[in-house]
Amino acid sequence: MPAYDDPHGTGLADPYAEAGGEVPGGVRGVDLGAYCLMLGDDALVMSHRLQEWVTRAPELEEEVALANIALDLLGQARPLLSRAGAVDGSGRDEDTLAFGRGPGEFRNVRLAEAPNGDFAHAMARLLLFVTWRLALLGRLTGSRDPALAAVAAKGVKEMAYHREYAAGWVVRLGDGTAYSRERVIEGLAAVWPSTAELFAPSPVELRLAAAGVAADPASLRPDVETVLTGVLTAATVPVPAPPPPCLAPAGREGVHTPALTDLLIEMQSVARAHPGATW
Amino acid sequence: MVSAAELWRVAGRVADPEMPMLTLGDLGILRDVEERDGRVVVTVTPTYSGCPAMDAIRADLRAALREAGYGDVEIRVSLSPPWTTDWIGPDGRRKLAESGIAPPGPAPRPAGPVPVTLGRPRPPCLRCGAQDTEEISRFGPTACTALWRCRVCHEPFEHVKEI
Repeated sequence: MPAYDDPHGTGLADPYAEAGGEVPGGVRGVDLGAYCLMLGDDALVMSHRLQEWVTRAPELEEEVALANIALDLLGQARPLLSRAGAVDGSGRDEDTLAFGRGPGEFRNVRLAEAPNGDFAHAMARLLLFVTWRLALLGRLTGSRDPALAAVAAKGVKEMAYHREYAAGWVVRLGDGTAYSRERVIEGLAAVWPSTAELFAPSPVELRLAAAGVAADPASLRPDVETVLTGVLTAATVPVPAPPPPCLAPAGREGVHTPALTDLLIEMQSVARAHPGATW
Repeated sequence: MVSAAELWRVAGRVADPEMPMLTLGDLGILRDVEERDGRVVVTVTPTYSGCPAMDAIRADLRAALREAGYGDVEIRVSLSPPWTTDWIGPDGRRKLAESGIAPPGPAPRPAGPVPVTLGRPRPPCLRCGAQDTEEISRFGPTACTALWRCRVCHEPFEHVKEI
């Protein structure tokens, strides 16, 4: 192994060039920071749930695939968290944000934090999450914030592969054996109610959408529905009826399920036990 | 004053840690090398957001530049414009093929919403030349590669997937 002169693991000596750019005119830094946290937390938490599949996947190829997708999402989370800490006035770095916040400070959608079920559940959840996020990042390639636009332009290319992977499995399971079909229909039913939150805008998202920085999540629904209907039709799986609208505060306001607390206990355990450690 | 061409040459010949038959120059991830007030500033872009080789690439760049006499080095990671396999030049493609890794075809350039495609163009088998190949796994041993198999000679191979 070569000798590394940068700290490892939690330490990032050379930050992303885009993370420190100026806040676009007419936009409050705290709003932009809050929005970057939302998108960064979605990726970080979903990545962790996918990482939990490592050593537990049904086939080696699927394990490699899930780990690759998890890595890409982690790679999206890092510049988003760096950007959040750089513009919200707090000066927190990506590690402090990932490992130093409690569940009430996380802004991810609940779909990302739901505990893993079986493989069919994982594919159903991944299909919903990635289809939604790909539509979102597609809009953000035109964001006035250069950091969001950069993360989005990179993300859409790799997430097209993630979506194909999840869609391929949902089709194979749905149009497979009676048992695989039952499992994927059940998995889809388990995650479907969480989709309401994906299209419910928070005040920060609406303010930033009006400023040309964010996308109004409600506007993503037609694109997402078109893709999901196409995939589920190919899978011969009935498209569930739209879930009831999300009225109570949820992930975007820091109101989470107990599953996020469990996830963070594991994800943050090393950083909490050894504050400031690098490896 | 150091010539920019010399800096590009030193940085560009560093081997990629995961596909060492390619240099960073071949791979197209080296975006800028320049001297600013006695400091060498290198800008690289990751192949994929989650590319785990970035730390090693940074360390290898520092080591190569130090060996060439440049101790004050800053390495910047830039995400924009995003890397595309179209930046792998003819030399890189030839080296990949010589190492048994099928080079990428032209990268897709979708406009508007990204369409769902269940299947990609098939790379021909490098060993026997057959067109009848099948994907084993879209995600291979590195972020950049997928696993394929020839249905004629049955040999498995890696393929740098188009992005």
